[in-house]
Amino acid sequence: MTFDMTEFMPLLPEIWVLSMTCVVLILDLFLRDSNRVVTYWLAQVTVVGALGMSVAVSGSESQVVLSGTFVADPMATLLKSFIYIVTFGAFVYARDYLRVRDLFKGEFYVLGLFGMLGMMVMVSAHNFLTIYLGLELLSLSLYALVAFSRDDARATEAAMKYFVLGALASGMLLYGISMVYGLTGSLDISVVATAIAGQGEQDIVLIFALTFIILGLAFKLGAVPFHMWLPDVYQGAPTVVTLYLGSAPKIAAFAMTMRLLAEALGGLQADWSGMLSILAVLSLALGNIVAIAQTNLKRMLAYSTISHVGFLLLGLLAGTGEGYSAAMFYTLTYAIMALGGFGMIVLLSRAGFEAEEINDFKGLNERNPWFAGMMLLLMFSMAGVPPTVGFYAKLVVLQAVINVDMVWLALVAVFFSIIGVFYYLRLIKVMYFDPPVDSTPLVAATDFQITLSINSLAVLVLGIFPGGLMALCASAII
Amino acid sequence: MSFEKFVFWVFALILVFAAFRVITVRNPVHAALHLVLAFFTSAGLWMLMEAEFLAITLVLVYVGAVMVLFLFVVMMLDINVSPLKEGFISYLPVGATVAGLIIFEMAMLVGDRYFGLDKVAAPIARPADYSNTRELGSVLYTQYVYPFEIAAVILLVAIIAAIALTMRRREGTKHQDPAKQVLVKRNDRLKIIKMDAEKGE
Repeated sequence: MTFDMTEFMPLLPEIWVLSMTCVVLILDLFLRDSNRVVTYWLAQVTVVGALGMSVAVSGSESQVVLSGTFVADPMATLLKSFIYIVTFGAFVYARDYLRVRDLFKGEFYVLGLFGMLGMMVMVSAHNFLTIYLGLELLSLSLYALVAFSRDDARATEAAMKYFVLGALASGMLLYGISMVYGLTGSLDISVVATAIAGQGEQDIVLIFALTFIILGLAFKLGAVPFHMWLPDVYQGAPTVVTLYLGSAPKIAAFAMTMRLLAEALGGLQADWSGMLSILAVLSLALGNIVAIAQTNLKRMLAYSTISHVGFLLLGLLAGTGEGYSAAMFYTLTYAIMALGGFGMIVLLSRAGFEAEEINDFKGLNERNPWFAGMMLLLMFSMAGVPPTVGFYAKLVVLQAVINVDMVWLALVAVFFSIIGVFYYLRLIKVMYFDPPVDSTPLVAATDFQITLSINSLAVLVLGIFPGGLMALCASAII
Repeated sequence: MSFEKFVFWVFALILVFAAFRVITVRNPVHAALHLVLAFFTSAGLWMLMEAEFLAITLVLVYVGAVMVLFLFVVMMLDINVSPLKEGFISYLPVGATVAGLIIFEMAMLVGDRYFGLDKVAAPIARPADYSNTRELGSVLYTQYVYPFEIAAVILLVAIIAAIALTMRRREGTKHQDPAKQVLVKRNDRLKIIKMDAEKGE
């Protein structure tokens, strides 16, 4: 076997990110604390460069290289581009937060970039082995990031829980994958798909393997009843880590689900669609109802994530091209909303004070009407109020579900979404109608303010003009 | 029963016994030693499958390096296991029932019916000079080069994470700096004082 160098062209973004991350890692050792900002800028250059390369090497054809372990297709390009954009935003929000807390270390950005590399590997994996290794690369970086604030007992506890449960979930996933390997004799996604199509749907051992795979996926996505880690990790981790963890990795988890369920195990759609519908209904119910009882905003957003995962699963379980692109649209817009939501918490926090209680947002309108308005947009979008993008995303998912004649699922989703509106509106009420308890002016760097404003306005703009992104999502699903 | 089969059963029984002891013995050092035994016997099983390279690697890497380090850590830490075992008895009935059910259900599926000897073709017997190390190397660096590189990156991340989470510069710790020790001059350490000799009476 010989290597054709053109085979490496589609991998250009991955190679760039890996090389640059190693450069950042080494260079950071020689920097003084006062020059640490160089690390930050290099990390951002890496992200922007990767975006440019991904777009440059993209094509409309699906291209499988390196003995079928890597695939470059429109879906990979689209999802990767959003991962870069969201990571860029997360790095901007993190800089000053880390600096005032004495956590502004190069390792944050190095681990963040490695996590991004893991996501990229997952997104363009064409082999079960690559998917698993990408997932481990991402998870390992995330475990370390959650524990990044070493002297914080809550963060350490969160990291411990995340690590143990994450390892368990990986084990489940691997067991399922090993069963698939035993039955089909291959780890290549397209070979597995052909083998399953030939074997027929009745094979009970395949369903046994599928159960374990779905279990692992549900853990990673945070779907009920495998959601236990999510609120604790979201609350315990430093806010900027929660922001990173709650946004871009969701896109990667979606990609992993697509590659495993839709592409490799597409022949078992009838089986996994039933399993996913149970997970979806439970997630929607528990996420929306338990969120009402929360007073901590990070915890509330964690439960809101669980309910959003329910919606995402609804789109997937439809099992049609329309459903997949609806779920993809939902994931991408959710990542933007989550980024903005946690960005607001970072904005309101300052040295020695975390604005993570709902009461900390009291009277935000009097303190800073512009950012109160931005938060209003984000909350409306999460609740699904038109004309924000959250409404449109929910609409396309429901449409896809109704088109496959699962009206009852759509009804359940609408019912719990209406319950969910309550806790988003409560935050808005607190911001606009309660007197401020804390009158410290909001201070943030200009680039932070601009990014957060663009982030929040994107929710509105995408809501009014969803056509472009929707068309991209539709063309990404072949 | 052929000799090979006999060896297999001996190894298999020892392996299951050792694995069971790993989680049931009270003393963590004994548990680690049982794990060593488990690795050894599974290496023996691999040897039976003619996967010599994997068998030797298992012994060298896991028994030789990982478990020895592990034993050191276990001996240094002085772990008190009794609080970890609290509530073991009260959870035992529920846990055992669930585990038993799962094992039964899995055995129904993953048994002979689907994975029996008639379902899977037997591996081709190779001549004695067949090098499976070479075979392994040739796919590892060609067909699986991408996963292989990712695995390397994962190890790098593990190193960075471990250092980032544990290395601290504490003030006031006592340590030696060999470079400074080497550079020391006579004048730094020795002080020659001239004294007048005392005169005798």
